[in-house]
Amino acid sequence: MGSLSVWRLTLVVFYIVVVIHGSSASYVNGKTPTTSSPGQPSNTVHTFPAPEKEYLPVFQINYPRIQIPFEITLWILLASLAKIGFHVYHKITVWVPECCLLIIIGLIVGGIMYSVHEASPAVLTTDVFFLYLLPPIVLDAGYFMPTRLFFENCGTVLWFSVVGTLWNSIGIGISLFGICQIEAFGIQDINLQENLLFGTIISTVDPVAVLTVFEEENINEQLYIVALYSLFKYMSQIDHVDSIDIFLGTADFFVVGFGGIMFGLLFGFVAAFTTRFTTNTRELEPVFVFMYSYLAYLVAELFSLSSIMAIVTCALTMKYYVEENVSQRSCTTIRHFLKMWSSVSETLIFFFLGVTTVTSKHEWNWAYIGFTLIFCFVWRGLGVLVLAQIINNFRTIPFTFKDQFSMAYSGLRGAICFSLAFLLPHTFPRRNLFTTAAIAVIIFTVFIQGITIRPLIDYLNLRRTNRKLMTINVEIHGRAMEHAIAGIEDLCGQWSHYYWKDKFKKINDRFLRKVLIKDNKPQSSIVSLYKKLQLQNALVLLDSNGGISGAPSLTSLQEQKPTKPETFLPEEVRSMQELLSKNMYKIRERTLTYTRHSLPNETRTKEILLRRHSSIRKSMRKAGTWQTPVGDDDDDDDIPSEINFPPARPRLQLRAKETRRALQPPRNELQTVNEVRTDSRRTPMVDYEKRGGSAVSENSEGRGTGTKRALTPMRRVWSFNEQGLKNNEKEDQMEMEEFRNAPAANRREEATEEVSDSETTHPLLSRPMDQYKP
Amino acid sequence: METDQCTLYYKSKTVNSALSRTEWIQLKEVLSFHDWKLVTLALPKSCHLSSHQITVSSSHICRLYDRFHALDKDDKGSLNRSDFQNISELAVNPLGDRIINAFFPDGMDLIDFNSFVRILARFRPVDQNPKKEPNAPEPINSRVNKLKFAFQLYDQDKDGKISKSELLQVLRMMVGVQVTEEQLESITDRTIQEADLDGDDAISFEEFKKSLDKVDIEHKMSIRFLR
Repeated sequence: MGSLSVWRLTLVVFYIVVVIHGSSASYVNGKTPTTSSPGQPSNTVHTFPAPEKEYLPVFQINYPRIQIPFEITLWILLASLAKIGFHVYHKITVWVPECCLLIIIGLIVGGIMYSVHEASPAVLTTDVFFLYLLPPIVLDAGYFMPTRLFFENCGTVLWFSVVGTLWNSIGIGISLFGICQIEAFGIQDINLQENLLFGTIISTVDPVAVLTVFEEENINEQLYIVALYSLFKYMSQIDHVDSIDIFLGTADFFVVGFGGIMFGLLFGFVAAFTTRFTTNTRELEPVFVFMYSYLAYLVAELFSLSSIMAIVTCALTMKYYVEENVSQRSCTTIRHFLKMWSSVSETLIFFFLGVTTVTSKHEWNWAYIGFTLIFCFVWRGLGVLVLAQIINNFRTIPFTFKDQFSMAYSGLRGAICFSLAFLLPHTFPRRNLFTTAAIAVIIFTVFIQGITIRPLIDYLNLRRTNRKLMTINVEIHGRAMEHAIAGIEDLCGQWSHYYWKDKFKKINDRFLRKVLIKDNKPQSSIVSLYKKLQLQNALVLLDSNGGISGAPSLTSLQEQKPTKPETFLPEEVRSMQELLSKNMYKIRERTLTYTRHSLPNETRTKEILLRRHSSIRKSMRKAGTWQTPVGDDDDDDDIPSEINFPPARPRLQLRAKETRRALQPPRNELQTVNEVRTDSRRTPMVDYEKRGGSAVSENSEGRGTGTKRALTPMRRVWSFNEQGLKNNEKEDQMEMEEFRNAPAANRREEATEEVSDSETTHPLLSRPMDQYKP
Repeated sequence: METDQCTLYYKSKTVNSALSRTEWIQLKEVLSFHDWKLVTLALPKSCHLSSHQITVSSSHICRLYDRFHALDKDDKGSLNRSDFQNISELAVNPLGDRIINAFFPDGMDLIDFNSFVRILARFRPVDQNPKKEPNAPEPINSRVNKLKFAFQLYDQDKDGKISKSELLQVLRMMVGVQVTEEQLESITDRTIQEADLDGDDAISFEEFKKSLDKVDIEHKMSIRFLR
């Protein structure tokens, strides 16, 4: 059985680690020297002059040399193997989030090590944590953050993070101080300052834990952003741990925050600028991205500014420009590496949390810890409630109670809280109590809240929709209406932000893009994308129709259906309902949910865009001439076209020379996400007739400022002669001819491009035509 | 020459009948500072659609106007389809194209501000205490009109019925690719069976309305910020 063997393997690795620890310890202590390396003098001093004859050791073990990297590798490997183990056994992961399991494993290993009297690996020191373990996670969160969503909700985020954190920390601190005054609990010696400090530490909501638990729930991104940023604001406050001078504190707070942002912007722009010149050194591109971000982090740390803000800002600014400059492979590499590192980091954090829990010194006080827990919940709930009520007045889409509840309940504390508790100097009074309390809160929130959040959300969802009464009609029509309303809301837009967005776009177009993005971008992204979409389209058709194109089966079915179908059995109805509820698109998944453990999921948007693509193709094909307005009979074929727009652009007759000019669409044709792409240099390969097909563009991470790499506008210029095209093959042929002409025009540009980069393969440019050549 | 045909009523007195762009911008400043409770837009008589009285508050008019002009990148004074397609979220909305179609009724290509507001006015939340005047035309944001909008999403050929193929199309757009064609067919059959009362194998508007009897349309098809 796969799972058993994996578990066995894991256990084996456990014991290897422990044994080696033991043996290394004993080696270091010199109890049982197991080896001797050549050349090392023996312990005893010999009096006689003859040198001791040492035989050449055939087999020797030299552990101290490799000890540190070896142990690190083993820990990482162990934690990752444990992760594999969880997923093999599916039932657990349904109920228990991964971080819980990791903590459990960590506890077990910690227990083992404690029992052999081994000191805990001093790995979870604050330095290691903050300098090595935390940056990948934060960088990953910043890089994949849906920027548009973030900027639209900027005010809310800041409101919740700043005010919310203050509310929480002060509230908890003061109430704990009140508790301390009660003599019965025996903790009177903790003064107000220390309580406030502890309140600050404990109110840190951990984005790592929240994201790990909530990724499966597809919680609204807004919530996660809010959770994330509440941490950031705390981090910027960390520097005045020792003083509660409020005025200086707030000033410091702002300095720290803005300083971090400034550094992040600086490094982001420098990185973007650097990637402009990396045409010949494609392999180094990921290096630049990572190193500049890390440098931003470290430099901010150097000046005691908010390093998290720095690295996130760096990632945000950098991403937009870098993804344009950098080759497709580097892009993929960067993303995969980020995911990998952040996964490893997070695994290690939770693992070590478990280990250190067992091996550190504890002081337990029922009252303090119990009340800490209670107050955490109370203050968080109150905070969310009050703040949400206030901010709902300013939001276009207010928070519902369900949203508020999710936000309140998602206050998971995690490793950051723990390490901050560890940051307290050892001379700090009652330090052990604080660390114990922190650990208790962490474990409680992660386990209890983590495990129960899923049933709770299901229950809440369930209460709204009484499934039994819903007919299929209601379900379908209801969903259609929801989509419609979501579309209308998006159409109305978020008014208040539009002004700034416009301004930023103007600056972006005029200055930044010229400086930071290199010219002569290769066309390969569009070509490869088009090819990819064609392939996917073919696959989709194959999958859904069992190998035969859809049209024939549809018509044949219609012909064969003389009688009405019999009434459906209730089981069939129920299965239909389940099918619908599982497979219908949820609204507003326009930006992809952030998941720590995998790259953003693009399939849904791709499916929708593919369908539009194919339906537009069909409509083009069906429509004889281009003059037909909506509702004309020409279009009522067996596959009625989705889009029956009359052509808005005059028809074009393309010749080779005019290709480049003709392919340049007018300014307002470059659509949707690529609003900025209005420069005339871009000669798109594939151009839709304006009537409908524009904007098969997608942003894999976010919209507005997001990457243009993922789907650049797919455009196909239809060339058709005045008589109109009646013939499908002729159409395709001409289509491909344009396709071929277009690259010919651009090929000159690209001749100087990176020839070495196999990704821009000129074979790729020519391959589609070769396929379609008659 | 761009004029926005707009009639403004204030306390049932006509204030202005036709405003040019600059006048409108100036008036907008005034509107936002004065407490005009309601601004009523009446459609110009030249429009062949029947004139409804619609009411949208003045601040919303200003905002919608801003949005209208933000979408109108060429400053034409009217929007065409491609302006709508510029909106990225609509591109990945499964029903995006149909929503855009709903803004261009009867084959018109351009939409001016009046019609824009008029269509959006349907999504206002329903007034809780309607004053029932016997001869007043149905308010544009009534439940029936909202349902009509939803009906239009399905009924592309405007024959007043949702045929099986139309329903199938919409369903296909809303569902992931892993659902097979046969499953979709059977779902469509079942849907029509449930709703079809007169046995013509299609859903008319009345049947549509009846099947959504229990659904809170007023809430579902309202945009909160257009109150």
